[in-house]
Amino acid sequence: MPEETTDHARPVVDTAHGPRTGDVIATPAARLGVLARAWDSDIAFSFRRSPVTIVSAAVALVMILAAVLAPWITPQDPFDAASLNMMDGFTPPGEPNAFTGNVYMFGTDPQGRDMYSAVLHGARVSLVVGLASVAFSLTVGVTLGLVAGYLGGRTEAVIMRVADVQLSFPAILIALLVFGIARGVIPPAQQEQATLFVLIFAIGISNWAQYARTVRATTLVEKSKVYVDAARLIGLKPFVVMVKHVLPNVTGPVLVIATINLALAIIEEATLSFLGAGMPPTQPSLGTLIRSGQQFLFSGEWWILFFPALALVLLALSINLLGDWLRDALNPKLR
Amino acid sequence: MLAFIIRRVLQAIGVLVAVGLIAFSMFRFAGDPINQLVSLDTPAAEREALRDALGLDDPVPAQFLRYMVEAVQFDFGISYQFRQPVSDMLASRAPATLELAIVATIFAMVVGILMGVYSALRRDSALAKLLQAVSLIGISLPTFLIGILLIYVFSVSLGWLPSFGRGEVVRIGGWTTGLLTASGWAAIIMPAITLGLFQMTLIMRLVRAEMLEVLRADYIRFARARGLTDRAINFGHALKNTLIPVITVAGLQFGSVVAFAIITETVFQWPGMGLLFVQAVQNVDIPIMAAYLMFVGAIFVVINLVVDILYTVVDPRLRSSLRAPT
Repeated sequence: MPEETTDHARPVVDTAHGPRTGDVIATPAARLGVLARAWDSDIAFSFRRSPVTIVSAAVALVMILAAVLAPWITPQDPFDAASLNMMDGFTPPGEPNAFTGNVYMFGTDPQGRDMYSAVLHGARVSLVVGLASVAFSLTVGVTLGLVAGYLGGRTEAVIMRVADVQLSFPAILIALLVFGIARGVIPPAQQEQATLFVLIFAIGISNWAQYARTVRATTLVEKSKVYVDAARLIGLKPFVVMVKHVLPNVTGPVLVIATINLALAIIEEATLSFLGAGMPPTQPSLGTLIRSGQQFLFSGEWWILFFPALALVLLALSINLLGDWLRDALNPKLR
Repeated sequence: MLAFIIRRVLQAIGVLVAVGLIAFSMFRFAGDPINQLVSLDTPAAEREALRDALGLDDPVPAQFLRYMVEAVQFDFGISYQFRQPVSDMLASRAPATLELAIVATIFAMVVGILMGVYSALRRDSALAKLLQAVSLIGISLPTFLIGILLIYVFSVSLGWLPSFGRGEVVRIGGWTTGLLTASGWAAIIMPAITLGLFQMTLIMRLVRAEMLEVLRADYIRFARARGLTDRAINFGHALKNTLIPVITVAGLQFGSVVAFAIITETVFQWPGMGLLFVQAVQNVDIPIMAAYLMFVGAIFVVINLVVDILYTVVDPRLRSSLRAPT
């Protein structure tokens, strides 16, 4: 855990590390340039000192790479019904199929769909929804937070009041409501293609308030600093001051929230899909796969549910732990 | 004091009206209510008659006013899929959800407090560290996966507990309860644990942090100097003083527990309001969605209001600071 990486560990390594910045002797770091300096930075240091973080980063990286490369590293396209063979259905993982003799690492579902391909493609959908919804709520939240903090007055009161009310409701409830409304508004013919965007919007809109709150608080602190006064004095417009001078100084906390929120958004998407208010079975995310795998639990075909669930847990947990580490590493008070 | 209460009540009503406005907009603008209520071959004249009867041609503010007046009288219209009054359906499902939420909250508080006290008193023991680790994983695991895991272990593998439903229920007046039958208790165990797990870890962390704080206080040192037993100090003095924030948090979280029951009820096919709501979302049954939103909104607003007012009654220090307009 991050705690053990910071306080007591540092001096021990410092002595072993030889001369540091400020010494007259040119260190290897100074000669090697940007990469080496990054390696020597505080963040990289706390990263190297935390085995949990290194493992999380490795797991997250492998999963993300596998998801991105899914079409090239999986044996079949699970969305293409023509490539499926019903004879291959219900093959347990690692065992040859009774009829065809094919072996599947993660087994197959009733349609003969290779679960390994399905999980990787599902993780791809989950990640797309997660990343896009985080980007969406980040944009909305940071903009509103910045405006509220910088302008103050009635604008601030209205924005923060809405954020307060929204934060007291669970995100999943808001996302479900938005999804239901979208189903009512969008004509049935376009619903299936629209689902991905509806989900991104629903999850994104249910999470903006947290960004707004943090950014507003940080903006209030930054606003009272001299550099903001200076920027205003030379006649810059409020918009320029906000974007070019205040915004860069609020990125730290926003980055932390975004990382932890990515894990939450992936879980939220999986939950929505599991509840039947998410990705359709023709274009499944990890949650949809878990939903369809649930019914086979009782008849003993555990692998149809197990592998998507494992992928979801590994993805969410590793990103969550990375977020925890980032929060501690960026917080100078904890050093 | 009175001024504060009045202002706070007005604020609560304001929030409720805002929630009502959202519910009304959903009902009125997300799809045409008439199309949902009639069949495809209904003649246009009949549709117009129905539109007129429902008052859908009136000015929108007048419709909103009528919607709110009806909502206050627990009239939320007719469900599109079941053709029944929404309020009757919610009322028949409410006991299941409330019972589940209450049992889950009690479970979370009892187990959470016990675990919290233990991990504060034996801070360095292996079990305390294990509890911390488990609570971290418990928060990261999606609720529905925990439910499925429990079903797999206790229903599929061991066959000890039922995997769905409420078991046998007993009707008392307008309330149905599963807490008077053995099968009802067997059915509620897994859903209550699934639903209460998140709250449990929250309470455990809170109790642990508060206990560690309180145990350093002067009056604890004084109690030790008086020669009181460890048991009397830990439970009589320290725990008692940590319970106020714990009860507050558990109370404030009750609304979330009711809302999160949506997921638990779907996993265990628990016949409560959450399951009704999920089915309404799948079938675009807007009146049920709107009514559920109003119901959960009301729970949140009322709990927050009661906690705020109780705080000022219990803690006089808060009153002076409240007088200044914020």
